[in-house]
Amino acid sequence: MLHRLLSADMPRSRLLSAVLLTILLGLALAPFLFSGARPLNTAATICVYIVLVASYDLLLGYTGIVSFAHTMFYGIGAYGIGLGLARVDEASWSAALGGLGIALLVALLLALVVGLFALRVRAIFYAMITLAVASSFAVLASQLSDFTGGEDGITFSVPEVLTPGFTLMENEVFGRSIDGRLLTYYLVFFGSLVLFLFLLRLVNSPFGRVLQAIRENEFRAEALGYRTMVYRIWANCLAALVAALAGALMALWLRYVGPKTSLGFEVMTDILLIVVIGGMGTMYGAVVGATLFIIAQNYLKELMGVASTALEGVPLLAAALHPDRWMLWLGVLFILSIYFFPIGIVGKLRLRSFLARQK
Amino acid sequence: MSATLPLAKQDTPLQADAPLPKAPRDIAPLLLVPALMLAMLPLIGSFPTWLTLTVAGLAMGMMIFIMASGLTLVFGLMSVLNFGHGAFVSVGAFSATLVLLPMQGWLEMDSLAVNLGVLALAITVAMLVTGLLGWAFERVIIMPVYGQHLKQILITMGGMIVAEQLIHVIWGAETIALPLPTALRGAIFLGDAAIEKYRLVAVVVGLVVFVGMFLTLNRTKIGLLIRAGVENGEMVEALGYRIKRLFVTVFAAGSALAGMGGVLWGLYKETLNAAMGGEIMVMIFIVIIIGGLGSVGGCFIGALLMALVANYAGFLAPKVALVSNIILMIAILLWRPAGLYAKTRG
Repeated sequence: MLHRLLSADMPRSRLLSAVLLTILLGLALAPFLFSGARPLNTAATICVYIVLVASYDLLLGYTGIVSFAHTMFYGIGAYGIGLGLARVDEASWSAALGGLGIALLVALLLALVVGLFALRVRAIFYAMITLAVASSFAVLASQLSDFTGGEDGITFSVPEVLTPGFTLMENEVFGRSIDGRLLTYYLVFFGSLVLFLFLLRLVNSPFGRVLQAIRENEFRAEALGYRTMVYRIWANCLAALVAALAGALMALWLRYVGPKTSLGFEVMTDILLIVVIGGMGTMYGAVVGATLFIIAQNYLKELMGVASTALEGVPLLAAALHPDRWMLWLGVLFILSIYFFPIGIVGKLRLRSFLARQK
Repeated sequence: MSATLPLAKQDTPLQADAPLPKAPRDIAPLLLVPALMLAMLPLIGSFPTWLTLTVAGLAMGMMIFIMASGLTLVFGLMSVLNFGHGAFVSVGAFSATLVLLPMQGWLEMDSLAVNLGVLALAITVAMLVTGLLGWAFERVIIMPVYGQHLKQILITMGGMIVAEQLIHVIWGAETIALPLPTALRGAIFLGDAAIEKYRLVAVVVGLVVFVGMFLTLNRTKIGLLIRAGVENGEMVEALGYRIKRLFVTVFAAGSALAGMGGVLWGLYKETLNAAMGGEIMVMIFIVIIIGGLGSVGGCFIGALLMALVANYAGFLAPKVALVSNIILMIAILLWRPAGLYAKTRG
């Protein structure tokens, strides 16, 4: 059963299994384990980022395509839900699904166009073109303020079942009332879980193997008779669709979309950092990486604040440890991990247990 | 080898001292900029407006060219695409504040010579800082990943993040205001057309850099080696030149140019923030793609085209201007899929 659910791609390392299990349980029980809005928010962000990063890994880690347009698709999904729900007076599921449907269609078409236009060229060229397209898209989204709310973005109401005012049961369960917020969390959680398992299924299918072959040696894959262009475009489209769905989940959770949170270049650098630190070409890398990253983002800052105040007298070091400078250390970690740790956390764990078994 | 082949019909056998056939000149891209300017004149209607827009476009184009030229040269020579190039632009602009802010008094003097002198000093400092930084960047970050494009992209991205954050650490997180020197403020009038003085300075500096680069590349030995390295690095190496040293020199020079561009761009915007390099990066990429990745001439034309199109579109159809870069890029790539002056290398 578990074997089938994970598409025969087991963690293959005892420590990794333990880590993944902890993360899964932590996320599944987050509303009951922690109290307050902030931990739940962190947990929901982790869920969405796991899907977002895993879908990017389909491109970067499995197919070897460097794209900078992934946030564009994420943003399209978020704006789809947002615009769909903001247009109607009474938030309804049909409005949300309608918006999402249009967003998926737009994402698919754009992915197809960008893919057709640019995937024929070398990796480096594709990276630049996607960067240009994505940034133009972000500019467009923030400038067309009549339609998208501009820089401020749009806040919208969600269907009644998901509103904090809604309660499903009179009684509390394990000291927690079953309200709309909780339901939204579980929508995000299970949505993310399903999407993640789908991606896992995808990369372990024959299709996924071809993608890996393309990554390793495109010329040879072509010579074996696979039409690599078609596979690359497929990978691009699938990754775009999953990213759009992740964006939709995030929008439902935040009840807000804006250019900063869904289209900003910062989101793209976050994704890149997570993929590399977690481990490229391993779906589980997205899980471990996203969890570490989001927790660091939310809680490391406070730690750095303490360190910074402690070092008040030392001029540059205090500034370097300022809570807002946490990306500095992450950037350094990123560079170091590309040199010394190119397989990421998950790759390293798997390699270790593989070597242990060889002995 | 030709001796073993059946003799091809040759009317004039090649002799050792016969002059080489001239490479055909490809002038079509050269005509694009003047053609665009002329085509826009009737559309805009009034000559003074057109002149103002054109000068503004040329000034912006020159600045973008200065920033982009280093990147395209580095790519052409070493096939390294430095995503961190934008960080050099920011670092350059911020380094200039080391001179410009303490010497504020000199800048406020209403004397063109003093103002330009301080500006030149600021640019020199910025170029020194970014040149050194570029040298260190090449040695520490890029050298271990030559030939691995995926790692290069990732690692230079990481370099950009670190550099941007270091700017925050050193200069603080706030935006810094950078007022123009007094003598360069305001505009001069040519008939009815208002032309901002600073833009004229930018055009002149850009032209000087372009001509300087052109002469260095085409009339000096080091230029010859660079051009040869762009065509075939192994051959240059085999002839006994140390291409690695050439690499790092070009990289440092390219970074210094980015720093210079950063100072000009910062003064143009009159505010500095650490993200400015990252923002301009998109334009730089579009320009070097249009130019054909590795060609300085193509980069120059691309920069002018892009800036002019952005300015004209901003006047004629403001909404379209937002995506005019992309439209221009697509149009050029449909015409010449590998850019205006594509290199033949694979």
